[in-house]
Amino acid sequence: MIETRELSKRYGSFTAVNAISFKVEPGQVLGFLGPNGAGKSTTMKMIAGFLAPTSGRASVAGFDVETQALAARRVLGYLPEGAPSYGEMTVREFMDFMAAMRGLAGDAAERRIDDSVGRLHLEAVLEQPIDTLSKGFKRRVGLAGAILHDPQVLILDEPTDGLDPNQKQEVRSLINSMARDKTIVISTHLLEEVHAVCTRAIIIAGGRLLADATPAELEARSRYHQAVSLSAADVEQAKAALARVADVAAIEVDPQDQRITAFPKPGRQIFVAVSDALKAQNVAVRELALEAGRLDEVFRSITQGAGGKGVRT
Amino acid sequence: MSLTLTIFKRELRSYFATPVAYVFIVIFLLLAGAFAFYLGGFYERGQADLQPFFTFHPWLYLFLVPAVSMRLWAEERKSGTIELLLTLPVTLWQAVLGKFFAAWAFIAIALALTFPIWLTVNYLGRPDNGVIFASYLGSLLMAGAFLAIGSCLSAATRNQVVAFILTVAICFVLLLAGYPLVLGAIGSIAPQGVVDAVAGLSFLTHFEAIGKGVIDLRDLVYFVLTIAVWLYASTLVIDMKKAA
Repeated sequence: MIETRELSKRYGSFTAVNAISFKVEPGQVLGFLGPNGAGKSTTMKMIAGFLAPTSGRASVAGFDVETQALAARRVLGYLPEGAPSYGEMTVREFMDFMAAMRGLAGDAAERRIDDSVGRLHLEAVLEQPIDTLSKGFKRRVGLAGAILHDPQVLILDEPTDGLDPNQKQEVRSLINSMARDKTIVISTHLLEEVHAVCTRAIIIAGGRLLADATPAELEARSRYHQAVSLSAADVEQAKAALARVADVAAIEVDPQDQRITAFPKPGRQIFVAVSDALKAQNVAVRELALEAGRLDEVFRSITQGAGGKGVRT
Repeated sequence: MSLTLTIFKRELRSYFATPVAYVFIVIFLLLAGAFAFYLGGFYERGQADLQPFFTFHPWLYLFLVPAVSMRLWAEERKSGTIELLLTLPVTLWQAVLGKFFAAWAFIAIALALTFPIWLTVNYLGRPDNGVIFASYLGSLLMAGAFLAIGSCLSAATRNQVVAFILTVAICFVLLLAGYPLVLGAIGSIAPQGVVDAVAGLSFLTHFEAIGKGVIDLRDLVYFVLTIAVWLYASTLVIDMKKAA
């Protein structure tokens, strides 16, 4: 479990993190979203015990990160921003070092190292100095170090940054496979990642917590939530047909691919009505889709609009 | 304790995984030899001792030890590994000591590799090996004191060049604290008591005292205390950066 209460970090007159409170339970994967410089990493550094908060407190598995620092760090696996590791060491040396620092020795250390190395597919590079590895491998070495001691709580700062799409997919399934009994916090600016791994998302901008909700709830705030989009052979005919549906509030046509989107009036569902109307008018439709909502649009409106006014669910 | 040892081993190995160790050792041995033979007149003196060898150690250390110590923390801060290290379940003291002892052991290895000059002097004559042993001890202690200062200044910055220059400057002042250059400057602004206190801080005075072959407890305590104080300062600086 991770809990923060009014966690704040100020540098002189600049407030990097402003009174952020949240709680993550085991089994949850919390996604930290926010523009660059929003305070995501600073918040994570404070929870990991690398930075001391200016005010407020944070606890990991019930241990206060300041007053019970060592106990908190023992149950925590942390991947710092940029996945730093000792470049002159080989992957095996690095894993041995991390195991020793975690108090693992002998067979237990062997088993844990084999497990982490296997999960991140590092077998082929075990004897290579980390400096000679590609960015993707370095990130995976960092991840392997973070999960080495099978920690209850994981804090991963941009775990998939610099990975290719296949590797991203692998790391996401790794996180999913660990999610069941662990408390996991990841930061990302890839919104697709929120869908893929997170059970909950927090949006931070300007050091403040602006939203805390499930991905589906966030999507529901989108203008596109419950909208219907379609491509038709005759755009004008399709628009005319849509205009007759009672609950359609607006119709937009994408100037690039001519895709039409019909937006419902608030709280209404229009999918069935739209598809019936199109059929009745004999509009040739190539494809018709119900939109769940667009996270990128929600993200933009929350982080840019409202001048940082807090929105919570 | 075992974590200090783990960090110690990792650090010491890292010196030898990079060219740092080899460059340092080769240059140290070359310079130590060159100073002893050319500037110290090792042969010309016609005496079977290593005084011309040890006399130049403080000046060698003045530039070489800060080159080792500058990377202690500044490099970790620059590469971000400090965040990895300090979020592991270690105390600051364990981290500071592990790193310091690794650097010190590294310099001890370099110093031990000067043994051919000891063999030479024993081959040529019958030196007082007690004095030589004491001088080695004094030299090692002084290197430790330089390193501890370097550790603190390296913790204060992420820039290794800055760490190097500051360490050289402070070590220089402490080396010469017993000499007119420093005492005169202080004497012009401070009372005699302060001047005497500063004179007592001189590395050279204590190093030369040990080098005479008399291992006085006060000289040992002086170096051990200097090391302890600067290492404590290192932990304070790292802690301050955490809260900054």
